[in-house]
Amino acid sequence: MNSSTIDMQTPSDFFRYRNVMLRIFLAILIALTLLSAWHTELKVGTFFTALPRVASWIFAHVVPDAAAWSRFPSMLEKLVETIFLSIMATTTAAVTAFLFAIMGSQCTRINGFFAIASRAVASVSRNIPIAAWALIFLVTFGMSAFTGYLALFFASFGFLTRAFIETIDEASDSQVEALRATGASYPHIIAQAVIPASIPQMISWVLYMVETNIRDATLVGLLTGSGIGFLFDLYYKTQQYKSASLVVILLVIVVMTIEFLSNHVRRKIL
Amino acid sequence: MALLDVRKLTKSYGETQALSDVSFQISKGEFVSVIGPSGSGKTTLIRCVNRLIEPSAGEIVFDGKEMTALRGPELRRERARIGMIFQHYNLVYRLTVIENVLHGRLGYKGAIKGVFSMYDEQEKRHALEILELLGLGELVYRRCDMLSGGQKQRVGIARALVQNPRIILCDEPISSLDPSSARIIMDYLLKIRTEMGITMVVNLHQIDVARKYSSRILGFNKGTLVFDGPSDQLSQQKIYEIYGAEAGELIND
Repeated sequence: MNSSTIDMQTPSDFFRYRNVMLRIFLAILIALTLLSAWHTELKVGTFFTALPRVASWIFAHVVPDAAAWSRFPSMLEKLVETIFLSIMATTTAAVTAFLFAIMGSQCTRINGFFAIASRAVASVSRNIPIAAWALIFLVTFGMSAFTGYLALFFASFGFLTRAFIETIDEASDSQVEALRATGASYPHIIAQAVIPASIPQMISWVLYMVETNIRDATLVGLLTGSGIGFLFDLYYKTQQYKSASLVVILLVIVVMTIEFLSNHVRRKIL
Repeated sequence: MALLDVRKLTKSYGETQALSDVSFQISKGEFVSVIGPSGSGKTTLIRCVNRLIEPSAGEIVFDGKEMTALRGPELRRERARIGMIFQHYNLVYRLTVIENVLHGRLGYKGAIKGVFSMYDEQEKRHALEILELLGLGELVYRRCDMLSGGQKQRVGIARALVQNPRIILCDEPISSLDPSSARIIMDYLLKIRTEMGITMVVNLHQIDVARKYSSRILGFNKGTLVFDGPSDQLSQQKIYEIYGAEAGELIND
């Protein structure tokens, strides 16, 4: 905001102006919330009165029984499948995203056409929700792990391309200039300046993406009938809630472990 | 024949003229300071010489070659013979000192050798000698983000020197440094000029530094060359012409 355009006599004028703006902003926010609640006929009261019932249902079904534990090995197998699928989708998406990011970044782009094209492709693939990707590929590839892989790949690719473009723009502008000045060629500049300057931040994004993908893989598995998501769906629909609950517990443990590990790695490299 | 011959150089960004009709010659071995207020075109000028910025009109003849006509590999070859030092050092901070210095050899390398850092024995030895000369012998394998500002700038100088340049362009090399580091850097630049005979073109903010180190000064105001002469002929009157209203402050401190 350019404060010089408004007539500011004293500091108290300035702060009064700030406070008025803040109140207007809050009023708009509250109005929007009320409007949305009215429009969707959301009954906040019902939620709170139902809360005890929800809690007692959860406690009755959350503790896995013997039947649930007997399925533990097959859950573990599906879980491992899901983790590997997520990792593969992330790494392949990362490599592709890197190439597109090089094209799309202001400081490494080859020409305007490729820059716009690469940003557009990334933007489209990012803005189609992962569930929609899964359904799109479901038509062609049927219920399979490969369909799940493709859905994860495209969603990750879109997100990572954008993240990588920002990383490259932020990290490498001045080094790129210096290397151009020495007479370095384009491949030299990418290998000797852009990659070293932005790799830690990129790895950090990739780790974040692996976490997200393991979570999303469950949803995708639900739709494509593969991995741990399929098992959850199966148990849930056959009302074996205690087995479904064990699946959820396993997922939480895995995601938290991965998050812990990647935080550790991130601290080391940044 | 002049080493650098700038003829009627003009650079415009839309309506604004960053440089208008600038002409001068620099001979081998000169130490030239370029002074002027912010936005006077100093930075644009030296970036036009190695074509980091494309000139709008005019000619730049470096060592007999018309720079503005060069493309691709030819342009790279000429850039390799022009060293450049930056205000913000422009090092790859996550790499070590020696890796950054050897970046100065990339202009002479093919794609594969450059990408995979395959430098010759001789190039590595040369880099070490230069680091020794600049007092960085102890810091060869140190990561650049661990260095002080003055040390970073010396790595920048080393990177320019391994290019075996005919000329070194310096874009405000001491503006981010404390006074004592600034003096060390200027002393090194002068030493490189006198002992290696490398021509220096230095953008400076500080008139006193320009007077002390350079044999010749170019003064710019709003993209126009308003002074070109030996340092001792830069009169108060001329300083007013270059800096306008800012001049008072500059002379008082």
